[in-house]
Amino acid sequence: MHILLMTRGTPDTAARVVVDDSGAVSWGDAATVVNPWDEYSLEEGIRQAEQTDGQTTVLALGGELHLDALKHSLAMGVQNAILVDDEQLDARDSLAYARAAAAAVQQLADIDLIILGKESVDVGTDQHNVQLARLLGWPMLSYVSRILAIDEAAKTIRVERMLEQGLQTVRSRLPAVISVMKDINEPRYPSFMGIRRAARADIPRWSLADLGLASQESPAEVLEYRDLPGGDVSTEILAGSIAEQAEQLVARLLEEKVL
Amino acid sequence: MSAIFVWIESHEGAALPTSWEALGAGLRLAPAAGSEVVACVFGANAGEIAQEAAGYGATSALICEDETLTDFRLEPYAALLSQLVQERQPRAVMAVASSRGRELLAASAADCGSGLFTEVLELAADGDDLHVIRPVYAGKLWMEGKLSGPSPFVLLRGRSFPAQPFDSSASLTAERVEAVLDEAEIATKVESFTAAQGRINLGDAAIIVSGGRGMANNPEAAPADAGDETIWKAQHGFEHTIRPLAKVLGAAVGASRAAVDAGYIPYAHQVGQTGRVVSPDLYIACGISGAIQHQAGMRSSKIIVAINKDAEAPIFKLAKYGIVGDLYEVLPVVTETLKQKLGK
Repeated sequence: MHILLMTRGTPDTAARVVVDDSGAVSWGDAATVVNPWDEYSLEEGIRQAEQTDGQTTVLALGGELHLDALKHSLAMGVQNAILVDDEQLDARDSLAYARAAAAAVQQLADIDLIILGKESVDVGTDQHNVQLARLLGWPMLSYVSRILAIDEAAKTIRVERMLEQGLQTVRSRLPAVISVMKDINEPRYPSFMGIRRAARADIPRWSLADLGLASQESPAEVLEYRDLPGGDVSTEILAGSIAEQAEQLVARLLEEKVL
Repeated sequence: MSAIFVWIESHEGAALPTSWEALGAGLRLAPAAGSEVVACVFGANAGEIAQEAAGYGATSALICEDETLTDFRLEPYAALLSQLVQERQPRAVMAVASSRGRELLAASAADCGSGLFTEVLELAADGDDLHVIRPVYAGKLWMEGKLSGPSPFVLLRGRSFPAQPFDSSASLTAERVEAVLDEAEIATKVESFTAAQGRINLGDAAIIVSGGRGMANNPEAAPADAGDETIWKAQHGFEHTIRPLAKVLGAAVGASRAAVDAGYIPYAHQVGQTGRVVSPDLYIACGISGAIQHQAGMRSSKIIVAINKDAEAPIFKLAKYGIVGDLYEVLPVVTETLKQKLGK
């Protein structure tokens, strides 16, 4: 079984992210790390490949920013990495990204299962996950909290999905795309040997032209990034005994009409 | 007249009330776009749900009650929505960005080659284009985006657009449509579903009471057979200190990543960058310091209350009202006071 994983470089969870003077997004000296949701999909891919004696490939699309996320994936134990090297993809919409990803999957030709993180924190969405599945014509199982079984011979997968109203058990045919939740596993830390192997790895780079894709207009585009409005919250610290504090709090909340 | 399609989400034959927010957003966009609002209702009980949609402002509805649509499944739902969009070329396609809404509109936008933005907070027509404001970088920044081309898709952040008041005398023009896929063409089969017991969904909750690392400071002594003492204290605190307050308020229970990672409460309760992003009317943070990744998940709440022992905790910078104190001393008194004032 050949499992495809995808990742991106995103600002460290604790980083302050701001818009700089040129209007570009900046996180200063803070580290660029693997998209936090991808740690779970990378781990799950490695585990499933181990159990099925399969292989894993991790793909990133966009500029140099994502190279360290690929190296981290290799250090965790993913076997192969590919960068679809086109900086424009970082500024394009989810459909352009999904089209490039789908073309890479078709180029690889033998992918049975794609495991993705629930969403990407930079773009704040998971729409590219679903769109990749759709462009490939494969089923999409999102918000997976547990893989119950993979039957390679019958080409089926059973998973548990975490939806707002409860847990759903679903069976699907393979190949399929799944996205996984944080609950699914405990991601490993890269081993020393893994880090050394990743540092030496020569990661192949594919261009959009290699994938037979031309640049195209995006129907969804970013006009500008903005810092959050606000900073105008003035905090009232409630004083007095605990009973007085509680009285005041309830009175304020009734005035605010939020109860 | 062109149409704005609004997908009405339902579960086990009943509409989810957040769908009325999407209708409300559609109605606000309709005059500038010169459109009418069309409710797209698929699955069990779609006919009745469409009548309810009329009360919330839809003037027509596209209905399909085919058996393949009884449980939400992406393939048959997306195939139908995509066909309707391609045939009828609506001015826009909208839904609330719930789990299902996100899947459906993303898939259908891909089928139609249309632009899509998710978690939209503000929406306006600009000539033939749509302009949106949405959070990016885990809520640390906003972006303004433009959707152009035919039939743009918009997924709205829940609780960001008001529903129109219900008018029981309103009616609409309903049209029944056929499903696109046969059961044999659908690759996914739902085997079972276990409803979350007595839990209020974080995304829909008007009030959320959340606990953090401070839950471990429970003064109660753990029993000898408790296993990990700290975990017992925190779990006991969620059950006997946070939950009673949540119950009085009709609130959902949330938690910080620190509390979830420490095993104090299941992941389904996590608010923040790798949990749920929420924007309730009232968010009460108890024993939560307010790490940036937690702020990312709750800072758009309308009123934030912080209760924390540490007066320097960053959470107080977001809070409109703060109490510096031990949550285990403060919350029981707040709960009792609320019971009296709310007559519960």
